[in-house]
Amino acid sequence: MSTVVDATATAEAGAQPAPGVLAYYPGCSLHGTEPEYDESLRAVVEALGIAIAEIPDWNCCGASSAHTTDHLLGVALPARNLALAEAAGFDRVLAPCAACYNRLAAAQLAVAEDAGLAEQMPDILGRPFANSVEVLSILSLLRDVKTTIAERASATRAAPNPLVGVKLAAYYGCLLVRPPELSGGDDPEQPMFMDEVIEACGAEAVDWNMKVECCGGAFSVSRTSSVLRMGRAIIEDARSNGAEAIVVACPLCHTNLDLRQKAMESRGEPRIPVLFITEVVGLALGLPAGALGLKRHFIATAPLLADLNIRAAQRVADEKKAADEKATKAAAREAKAAEAKAAAAADPATPDAGGDA
Amino acid sequence: MTSSTLSLATEIEAATGINPAACYQCGKCSAGCPMASESDLRPHQVMRRVTYGSREKALRDESIWLCLTCETCSTRCPNGCDPAGVIDALREISIESGMATMPRAMRAFHKTFLEQIRANGRLHEVGLVVGYKLRSGALMNDVTNTPGLLSRGKLGIMPDKIKGVAEVKRLFDKCGVTL
Repeated sequence: MSTVVDATATAEAGAQPAPGVLAYYPGCSLHGTEPEYDESLRAVVEALGIAIAEIPDWNCCGASSAHTTDHLLGVALPARNLALAEAAGFDRVLAPCAACYNRLAAAQLAVAEDAGLAEQMPDILGRPFANSVEVLSILSLLRDVKTTIAERASATRAAPNPLVGVKLAAYYGCLLVRPPELSGGDDPEQPMFMDEVIEACGAEAVDWNMKVECCGGAFSVSRTSSVLRMGRAIIEDARSNGAEAIVVACPLCHTNLDLRQKAMESRGEPRIPVLFITEVVGLALGLPAGALGLKRHFIATAPLLADLNIRAAQRVADEKKAADEKATKAAAREAKAAEAKAAAAADPATPDAGGDA
Repeated sequence: MTSSTLSLATEIEAATGINPAACYQCGKCSAGCPMASESDLRPHQVMRRVTYGSREKALRDESIWLCLTCETCSTRCPNGCDPAGVIDALREISIESGMATMPRAMRAFHKTFLEQIRANGRLHEVGLVVGYKLRSGALMNDVTNTPGLLSRGKLGIMPDKIKGVAEVKRLFDKCGVTL
């Protein structure tokens, strides 16, 4: 993942992608209600030198509606995308939407574990399927490059990293960590891989209780009252643990916590912005807010960003002042030492003058 | 999965490999279930009914439709019983045997969602919401959010249609899913 080919290209079926290029499965939400996730992801992978190419002619993964009504359909719909990626020569597919990631990875796992299902697949899909593609979540991808992110976030640059010291609540929800086989090797009850990326960005990941609680997911439209109850508990816990923003890696979580937050307010508490992890990484890398879709949120991000920029400027000024003071003191010390040395040279009788009289 | 002479637990085990009878009712699943407070039957009670209760009652209960598949229960089950997998299987069997009592809003949502995929290969959110409203009767839901969604570039008016629509339709047929 070191060579950039074209971060926005669509792979052509049959043509082999350059080594290291990841197949990209945006999913319907990133093409629909959450375009800022797509925008910020493309900007971040480009900045990090990771090449991605959209799977040609991908279809919807079926999300909750398919597996809820028919198990086989819940496997076959995502499997078609894996087959397409495979045919285009990819060995890994990045699925930033947590629901898509979960369905693609669950299908991959189901077919790997069930020889009968594997045998059925080519007939159902109408295309060859060797189940050879690995499915990656955005958190696994970013965790793998967190050292690079940390180096870039702490590098000296014209506009300082606005994230230093900001308190963020890493919210994983369900689909990135459950079932445990799909949690990217992390602990499904106390995952840390998003916290690690947040810390690499220079921010502080707060300890809180609701990081793997469900936001109500697919009931957003069909049972909104449940979503408001669950979302309110998540937001109140993040706020009471000092978080200035909640960070998500799922368009459903984002819709439920951002779009529906206004309906959750009870006692006039200040609203809490809900950021995508890619927006957070983008800010740490110094990408402009406009390239990260930060204006598309329902809970405005501008007040927090303005505050962070003021704090960053203040921090830089404080650091400069401290460095200046240190330099002044060091200069004074040096001058004093030089003076003492000169006095000693003028008076050879003084011990420790280094003379050989 | 159609023989009604088998117990539901046996039927589910045959279809999914999950053995609901291995549940020893510790209740850990229900303690973590985010929908427990809204459901008549909590996950451990669903597990009990599947193993010992009336088949029809289990399949007709609305509670199975209130499961979000957050998988908290299955992650925490100390005996590997996978309540979320059992509930998914129950939903499928209840649809097949015509006993599904899913709330109207959810039926409208799932049906419109899958129709969208079958027709275009992808989900078109405007089409989903319009179809959902017509089916569910919830015409005024989220109307106040529409201008905000539009001004933020979050509502595409035209659906995305993939080239492989015929392939997706065939896939639905092969899975035996008719809408």
